[in-house]
Order: sequence, then C-alpha cells, then structure tokens
Amino acid sequence: MSRADTNGTIGAEALHVKGWWRSHRWLWLRRASQVSILGLFLLGPVADVWWVKGNLASSLTLDTLPLTDPYVLLQGLAAGHLPATAALTGALIVTVFYLLVGGRAYCAWVCPVNSITDAAQWLRGRFGINTATRLSGKSRFWMLGLTFLLAAVTGSIVWELINPVSMLHRGLIFGFGLGWAVVLGVFLLDLLVSKRAWCGHLCPVGAFYSLLGHVSPLRVSAARRAQCNDCMDCYAVCPEPQVIRPALKGEADGRGPMILDAQCTNCGRCIDVCSRDVFQFGLRFNNSITTHVMKSVKPLAGKTEVLS
Amino acid sequence: MFNAMNAQTTNAARRRFLVDMARTAGGVALFGLGLGLYAQRSAALPAEALRPPGALAENDFLGACIRCGLCVRDCPYGTLKLAELGEAVATGTPFFTARTVPCEMCEDIPCVVACPTGALDKNLQNIDDARMGLAVLADQENCLNFLGLRCDVCYRVCPSIDKAITLEAEHNVRSGHHSRFIPVVHSEHCTGCGKCEQSCVLPEAAIKVLPVRLAKGAPGEHYRLGWEEKRKAGGSLVEPDRPREFNLPEGVQYDYQGKGVILEQGNPPPSVPYDADPLKTLKRGVEGQR
Repeated sequence: MSRADTNGTIGAEALHVKGWWRSHRWLWLRRASQVSILGLFLLGPVADVWWVKGNLASSLTLDTLPLTDPYVLLQGLAAGHLPATAALTGALIVTVFYLLVGGRAYCAWVCPVNSITDAAQWLRGRFGINTATRLSGKSRFWMLGLTFLLAAVTGSIVWELINPVSMLHRGLIFGFGLGWAVVLGVFLLDLLVSKRAWCGHLCPVGAFYSLLGHVSPLRVSAARRAQCNDCMDCYAVCPEPQVIRPALKGEADGRGPMILDAQCTNCGRCIDVCSRDVFQFGLRFNNSITTHVMKSVKPLAGKTEVLS
Repeated sequence: MFNAMNAQTTNAARRRFLVDMARTAGGVALFGLGLGLYAQRSAALPAEALRPPGALAENDFLGACIRCGLCVRDCPYGTLKLAELGEAVATGTPFFTARTVPCEMCEDIPCVVACPTGALDKNLQNIDDARMGLAVLADQENCLNFLGLRCDVCYRVCPSIDKAITLEAEHNVRSGHHSRFIPVVHSEHCTGCGKCEQSCVLPEAAIKVLPVRLAKGAPGEHYRLGWEEKRKAGGSLVEPDRPREFNLPEGVQYDYQGKGVILEQGNPPPSVPYDADPLKTLKRGVEGQR
C-alpha cells in the first residue's frame, strides 16, 4: 500500500516499458468518452446545435433515439408513477447497453462525477493524505434501498433532490444554483475523509448499475496472470481493488482469470499500469483457468525494481 | 482449546460484522431521515412557481418527473426552466414564473410532447384545457380599472379574451357619473398562462396567477343556487308566499311593496282610525264565529 499512496510511482514501470500512450491509453479514452458525452449535451445550450437534448436522466438524440436512466425511472415506479412509452423504451435501451458492456462502465466512461473523485484520489496521493473512515462497500446498497424506500414512502423521486451525479450533469447543462456545493462536498469527502468514499462506497447510482454488471459479457481479464510480478500497481490504481484478487491470484483456487465482480467499472486502468501486460479486455465466457496463460513467460520471483 | 479459540474468533468476527452492519444501517437511516424531511419541505411549491401545461397534480408530478429538462428544451419561448438547488422549487423540476416569462400557449404544446414519462399528461390535446394556475385580481385597491381608468391591459392580452377575462361595467360611485370596467376572471376558461400578470402595467402586478388550490374557493357540497335550480326545473321550486293580511280599519288598505297606506275611494279617513272601544277593534272580523 505504501506504493499505492505515493502517487507518481504507480505505473512508472509501465510507462518505462510500454511508453506513454500504452500506459495511459484507457485513462485517456475514458476521459475522452466522458468529455465527449458531456460535450454532446453541451453542444445545444452552448453552440445551439441540438443533436442531444435533455440530460443523463433522459435524453433525445437526433430527435429519434430516446435514452432514459433506468434507475431514476424505477424510483418513479416506486413512487407510484407508471412512465409513458418513451421513457420505458429509453430505459430499455440503456439497460440492454449496460448489460452488455458492464453495468459500472457507466461510472467509468459516462458519469461526470468520476473526474471529480478521480481528481480527489490523485490529490490524495499527491499530498499524502491517508485519512480513512471505516466505510463498508455495502453501504451503497443500503443507500440504494433507501432511495427506493423514500420514493415509495413519499411518492416523490426524493433522491434526485440531492443526487450529486445528476446535480453535476444537470448543473453544467441547465445551471447549477447551489448544486456545486453538493459536488464540492463529494470532492472533499473523497479528498479528506476517506479514500474513494463516494464512488467506491456510498453512491447508489453506481450500486444500481453494478446490478447490471453481473451478466455483462465485456469484462477485464487477468489473462496473463502468470506474468504478474506483484508490483501492486493495479491494486493501487483500481477504484474497486477488491475485484482484482480473485482473478489475478485465484488460479490456485481454481478461479478463471476473468474479473467477474460486478463492482469492476471496466475502466481499464489496470491494463494501463501493468508493465507485464497481465490484463486485457475480454469476454466473460473465456474464463477457463488456463486459456490465456502464456506458459512461455515465467513469472518473476519477487518484485521487479522500478526503473527510473 | 483450539475449538474454543476458533469459536471465539468466529464470535468476534460475527460481532464485528453485526456492529458494522448496524453502523452502516444507522448512518444510512439517519441520512434518509434528513433527506426525507428535506423532501417534505421541498414538496411545497411556492405560489409564484407554475408548472408547465398538463402537469399532473403536484404530488404525482414529483413522482413522475425525472428532471430531464426535455420540456425546457422544446419550449420555443424560453418560458420553462429547471429548478436549481437552493430555489424553493423541488430541485431539477420544470417551472415558470408568470411575471417574468409567461406561457405562450402553443397550439401543439411541445413541452407535453417532449415529456418522456407522462409527468406532463399527453391527454392534454387542447392548450385551452390546460390549468397551470388561475388568475386572480389580487389588488383591487391599485388596479387601474378599479380606480376608474380604462387600462384594460390584462383583458387585452388574455389569449382567451372575453372568456377567461371579461370587463364588467358598473357605476362609479366615487365620481358619481362614470363607469368602472372591472376585469373579472372566469375559472371555466382561464388556463393560468400568466400573460395578464406579465403585462400588468403596475410595478407590482395587481392581477396574479396563483395555483388553483390558492385561487379558488369551493362551495359547500349541499349548496344549491336557487336561480339555477329554478331554471333547470323550469319553474319555482318553492311555494309562492301567502298574500299578507293586515288588520286595518275598514276602507283602508296597505301595500307593503311600496305604495303604503291606500284609502278606498269615497271614504274619508276616519278621524279616529280605531273605535273608541278597543274591544270592537279586536273583535273585528271575528264576529259571529263563535
């Protein structure tokens, strides 16, 4: 963990071995995805080009494609409102999409809060902030339950009153009001109170999307896990580090190399920072224990020295 | 020994697990309580904030609207906006303020068409059926028409002129020889679009669009308007009054509807209207009845 919390060394070896692009590829593709999705929404209000209207709760693209957040729609259902066809269609499309690409891919590739909490995490490393509060990773499911309970009890979509995810996205597109304070709160929570407190422990939106990730074919695989040199960079960089171990170290227990934990956000950072190219994107079905192990390369004993 | 230790560890682990769970549940419950109370407060829509046409009743609306802003985007006049955190309207929900930008009552109602969830009811096909609020001539002391002037602006701009707002002429008691043209709002036709409030020439509008719940009273369920019942029945529903009977001296009649005392022709008024013998007066008309 010492390496994990001293930023600058994570991925240094990968940078040396693989070069800048291949050691930052998924990070920048992800940022590009986040920025371009936000950019598409902003194109209307900023440049008067209305390809995409609405926000992440529900949108209409090119006046034809409806997309609706299934989570907010289900809250509406819990509140007692049966939504109209457009929203149902939109929610169905989004659900199917995330069932395919991994539920929490939403968190890594779409959600605007990701950049905020990633920034907080980066600053934690930069300034050596190691504060921690014992937060259960299961808290998010309690939060998820709470949002549905409150909707059912009050008959109103209560969570949307303060949801930082929609607050930030809607704020950027329609105007913030005091919404920035909520976003700042999340940032400070992650920076000062506890590591990855929001996205990794509390956010019910992520919790909901993780439910869709249980069956998604697209997963990260520790395909060449035999090459792992235990540098720990993947654990350090991973927003949900508990998902790695079963896949990376599970060979002895007869586990395949596929990261099956639904909390994996498919962000691909482990692929970037691994100097030994252990990880790659793959399909859930290719999970036999030996398929991808490259026998030719022997795992090195102990840690490799960081070259710099 | 080993088993005992093992059991101890399991116990400790179990206890830790339970404590952790209780801690999380407690924290989340506390958060939920706060959020729930906040939700209750934010469910009260301020009177100035009007919902778009076709919006469900406020309680249902808050469960149906997913705060996507598609109605805002398709409003051609920039009337609608989404509430921001810190405003008194539930965060993210669409509303408009009549005094600032009223609803222009588009015939194709694009905001309703845009709504993906039905929070704006698609059954609203004719914008004249919208009930976003109800105009109330709130300040009768400052309204120029009430003061006897012919401002008439609210009446002129009303999209349902002569239906939602009419001008009712009445005598100007102050001047004694003019009329006042009183703007009267008719809830049967007023959509609550807010054009009247926006265009009121006073620095603070005398006519205001309020939520219907505030603007409108309600008659008692058992109330019946006699004149309407009479019209429906085609005739009076109550028996006519019995003609009045007066105990008057002979040769004298009394019309209580205005003419007063009537002396029959040829009969000079008795110098003493009543007989000197009071018994005679009392007995008049009942002689011979025993």
